[in-house]
Amino acid sequence: MRALIELAVNETAIILNFSDSEIALKLLELGCLPGANIQLLHKAPMGDPFAYLIDGSIITMRKKEAATVMIQSK
Amino acid sequence: METKEIISVALVGNPNCGKSTLFNAITGLNQKTGNFPGVTVEKKNGKVRIHDQQLQRKQTFNFIDLPGTYSLFPKSLDEAETLKVLTEPNNPDFPDIVVTVADASNLKRSLLLCLQVKELGLPAVLVLNMIDLLERSNLSIDIVKLSKALQIPIIEMNARDKKGISQLKKQLFEPIKSEINGTEYNAFLNSINKYSQNPQIDEEKQANLIQEKEMLRLYSLIDDVLSGALIQAKQTNALNLSLRLDKFFTHPFWGFIIFLGILFFIFQSIFSWSEKPMEWIDLLFSLTSDWINSSLPDGAFNDLLSKGIIPGLGGIMMFIPQIAILFAFIAVLEDTGYMARVSYIMDRLMRGFGINGKSIIPLISGVACAVPAIMSARTIKNQKERLITIFVTPLMSCSARLPVYTLLISAAVPDQNLGPFNIKGVLLMALYLIGFLAAIGTALILKWIIKSKEKSYFIMELPVYRKPQWGVVAFTMYDKVKVFVMNAGKIIVAISVILWLLSSYGPTHKFEEIELKYNNTAYFEQVGKEQAENKLASEKLRNSYAGIMGRTIEPAIAPLGFDWKIGIALVTSFAAREVFVGTMATMYSAGSDSDENSVSLKASLQKDINESTGKPLFTLATVISLILFYAFAMQCMSTIAVVYRETGSWKWPVIQFIYMTALAWLAAFIAYNLLK
Repeated sequence: MRALIELAVNETAIILNFSDSEIALKLLELGCLPGANIQLLHKAPMGDPFAYLIDGSIITMRKKEAATVMIQSK
Repeated sequence: METKEIISVALVGNPNCGKSTLFNAITGLNQKTGNFPGVTVEKKNGKVRIHDQQLQRKQTFNFIDLPGTYSLFPKSLDEAETLKVLTEPNNPDFPDIVVTVADASNLKRSLLLCLQVKELGLPAVLVLNMIDLLERSNLSIDIVKLSKALQIPIIEMNARDKKGISQLKKQLFEPIKSEINGTEYNAFLNSINKYSQNPQIDEEKQANLIQEKEMLRLYSLIDDVLSGALIQAKQTNALNLSLRLDKFFTHPFWGFIIFLGILFFIFQSIFSWSEKPMEWIDLLFSLTSDWINSSLPDGAFNDLLSKGIIPGLGGIMMFIPQIAILFAFIAVLEDTGYMARVSYIMDRLMRGFGINGKSIIPLISGVACAVPAIMSARTIKNQKERLITIFVTPLMSCSARLPVYTLLISAAVPDQNLGPFNIKGVLLMALYLIGFLAAIGTALILKWIIKSKEKSYFIMELPVYRKPQWGVVAFTMYDKVKVFVMNAGKIIVAISVILWLLSSYGPTHKFEEIELKYNNTAYFEQVGKEQAENKLASEKLRNSYAGIMGRTIEPAIAPLGFDWKIGIALVTSFAAREVFVGTMATMYSAGSDSDENSVSLKASLQKDINESTGKPLFTLATVISLILFYAFAMQCMSTIAVVYRETGSWKWPVIQFIYMTALAWLAAFIAYNLLK
């Protein structure tokens, strides 16, 4: 288990759970569920925020938000 | 369904699901924009009479476009309003039918909202929008299976091409009865809604956990429903294309270059494309003014029309082409999905200034008009960031400043080229840059002053790129120009009339004195007829009520290089800055002989002499000082009103007004004294 922030560009992992309940709600609404595949697409020009591909949607997160998402390598 | 006079239909859906496109396609020009009672949340509704040719049925429907949301767990006032309408049977907007619009390529997420609507026991219809994206990618949804599993009628749609609209209309005539008693779910949703009057959950963390559990429950229901109904293994072509385009648009280097390039292209286009139409409008108004002047009998009414109202209106209507082009570009950037990328690439930079990547949308829209721009700051959930955005947006150079800048620049700067670019265009670009720098500089100051413990997030979706809908672009242009013409037009006609009266009349004894002194044959012979008449007119203006007003405030603005005539313009453009041009037109045509109507305002300004120095009034120093004053001063009643509405108190509009006026005075003072 590691945090989403450690994912490398183009790497895909599986979402395990969330450590912040408020961020969890925002992500769940966007279809970002435990068990879903998540791929890091790119980082914004100044190194933050990041854009991920989750279940057919492009979702952006700041570093500190990505740090609260736990993932499992595929 | 019981026979009702008007059946009300609520449209709900995620942001970017095409809900507004559907709403526009159904209601067209019948739509009305207002606010929900008691809150500043925009409400759009439209009454449409639908005639079912086949079965000879007629019915009036009232469609309500509810604020976009991902779930019925509100996270903002807008989203809370959607929940309110759906859960209060006594609410005037309580719907008879709820149409959930779902993005077919993001079905799982879209069904979350649909299931919540269903659990509320509301008669529901599901629209699967953007079905074309699936078809073009050889994916499909088994509609029959899905409809059976959900027990909700489903309409396949592509709202952009108006496909499926007639099927939806037909569906609305059919009785829909929900088997579910939603009372319990209704109470549950309201008990954890932190925007309601008395949520029954005190601990926010506990409410979050309850919502999380409920969402997971709904998603597992959705998984059951979708198993077998959805054949989706691959990404849609539209998504693949977006991923490829993002390689350029969000590239660490090219992303910024493309963004700056687009901005530069927009500004250059605004000026080059609008040049000819502006000349035509100008010509039209000056011909009208001449025609009225020569065909009506001489007198006060003739003067009021040909020297007051018509030139005042003409000065401002000239800018319709620029405003239309600007709003068209902003509509295209929003509609294609590019604006969301700009937020993404700018977030880190903006955060350093106490704002958010999403603030870039209000800031860019502020280039058109601060009023809609400030309203668009609602998408910023963090209150501190939203407040700073609202505070600094009026510093962005709005379209009302354009007429002022254009007139002043053309009066003081020669028409030359600087390399391949027109020097006036470059100067204007610099003014937009100054506005932007002032905005982010101010944001930086506010970042240190305003304290807040609220967390800020940047969790959002980048929608797939779509071709712009030219209908939407055209409608935006029409709508914004209409608002501009109606608002600016009304103010300008009123101010033109008042100003004309004030500048044509003065204390009687003074006017008699002047007539006696200058309007006699001896003086005519002494200086020549033409000059004597000019002297007479300008002395009259000087001693008119407007002149007295201008001279009263002259001591406060003399350090900026302004005289009493500019003072009059500053007073009249307090309500709206674009009035400056109309005021100048009215005053300078009142100050010169009527035979000289053909002389342009620009030429009159260049000829004018500052009475206290005896040198030309519009020197480079004065012009730059005046331009800077208009760049920073808060001269717009509509903006003050919208800031009051959006922040809910007079505190911020008052601070903003004082701050901007002080900044304007200081900047003008420094510039004038450096260049003098």
